[in-house]
Amino acid sequence: MSPAMTLATARRVMSQLRHDPRTLALLFVIPPVLLTVLKYVFQGAPQQFSGIAPMLLGIFPMVMMFLITSIATLRERTGGTLDRLMTMPVGKLDFILGYALAFSLVACLQAVITGTVMLGLLHVTVLGGTLPTLIGAVLAALLGTALGLFASAFARSEFQAVQFMPAFIFPQLLTCGLFAARDAMARPLQWFADVMPLTYSVDAMKQVTLHPNWTATHTKDLGIVVAYAVAALILGSVTIQRQEKG
Amino acid sequence: MEPAVKINNVSVTLGGHVAALKDVSLELPAGKTIGFIGPSGAGKTTLIRSIVGRLKLEQGSIEVFGQPAGSARLRRELSYMTQELSVYPDLTVQENLRYFAIMTGHPQGQAAAIVHEVLEAVDMRDKAGSLVSNLSGGQKQRASLAVALIGSPRLMVLDEPTVGLDPVLRDRLWKLFNHLASQGTSLIISSHSMDEASRCDDLVLIRGGEVIAHSSPEELRRRTGTKTIEQSFLKLVGGRE
Repeated sequence: MSPAMTLATARRVMSQLRHDPRTLALLFVIPPVLLTVLKYVFQGAPQQFSGIAPMLLGIFPMVMMFLITSIATLRERTGGTLDRLMTMPVGKLDFILGYALAFSLVACLQAVITGTVMLGLLHVTVLGGTLPTLIGAVLAALLGTALGLFASAFARSEFQAVQFMPAFIFPQLLTCGLFAARDAMARPLQWFADVMPLTYSVDAMKQVTLHPNWTATHTKDLGIVVAYAVAALILGSVTIQRQEKG
Repeated sequence: MEPAVKINNVSVTLGGHVAALKDVSLELPAGKTIGFIGPSGAGKTTLIRSIVGRLKLEQGSIEVFGQPAGSARLRRELSYMTQELSVYPDLTVQENLRYFAIMTGHPQGQAAAIVHEVLEAVDMRDKAGSLVSNLSGGQKQRASLAVALIGSPRLMVLDEPTVGLDPVLRDRLWKLFNHLASQGTSLIISSHSMDEASRCDDLVLIRGGEVIAHSSPEELRRRTGTKTIEQSFLKLVGGRE
């Protein structure tokens, strides 16, 4: 492992994004626009919107970073650049942490923009405060990046990679507590939700919304999100092989 | 002189059933341009991936400068240009080169000088600030070749570096390859074009996963009594079928 190589990889990934202003614009514009639309969807029930909006702040970064990372690393795998890198002294961990670092920074910016719109313009109240809200969003993004890195190993084409979004993410989205309280769901779905990482990302946002103080559940939620992210990064590094089988 | 690459009885089966290489044994000399010549699908890329250590060998062994292929020490001694572009299309040429300079273990402070040097070698200083995706096919290829030149590796393994290039540019690159070899660099260059074969110091003809000839181009023409490498190839194949 070499910090210079990790940082250079993070810088490289950010430069790629910088040369792609349209993607950047979509990353930073879509979440606040969707939140704004949602506010008017719930025009008749503003109370409900205030409950849902922070949860979405735990979902958007995860979903978007999942998509971006899985496509980006799939391109590395199929375009020859990963082949080339794996014959160089760079460590696999440098490569993976570089991605994680770059997209976490992008997620920070995304979270700040979306959070500012949500708290400032859409007047959503979060009892736990701004900073815990942003922390939750950034960790959700880290989770998305890590899962995307791992998932890209199972896609042979970009068509397949985008299909992982409905396959991996939608089931979590349906059961994470956004649509219905988890304890009101069918028992097997509760078990499913209990082992899925998005559940905890959303739950952490609920904690921030409802409690002025940092709760033990909040710590546990974020701990689980980080644990999943680390596990996915490790599994992701296993799927990148220095020497491939014939 | 110690050979650059020693290949002993390497057989590779791809995807569990396709025999890509059949019992290949070769000794490749150091400080020469070595051509892997053969039709597409002959096994050139598989052999190249085995030499650079990207392919795990199930049968046989390969040594590069006395080290087993794929060992960590070799990562500082060889460079690999894949058949795919293997540079980032959404970065400028310069950004690509800077990144790969650091990935090959060079300190940040040296990166600028290295980038300058390799851009000069492939004659692309004027395109340093261009996005790779905006370059022509030949320019993209040269950008990818520039990455392989970073750090003056002892062995350069280039998979079809001249495919699709115009004859003038191809000629210029071969002059560069021959110049590098004269400075002591070993180069493995694959091509499916027979007319490039005569520009190599050492020639390996590959077909159907087997080495059908290994000698200098002159020796091969003399032995088969033909005028061109293409005719030699046909004669060798004809004698087998």
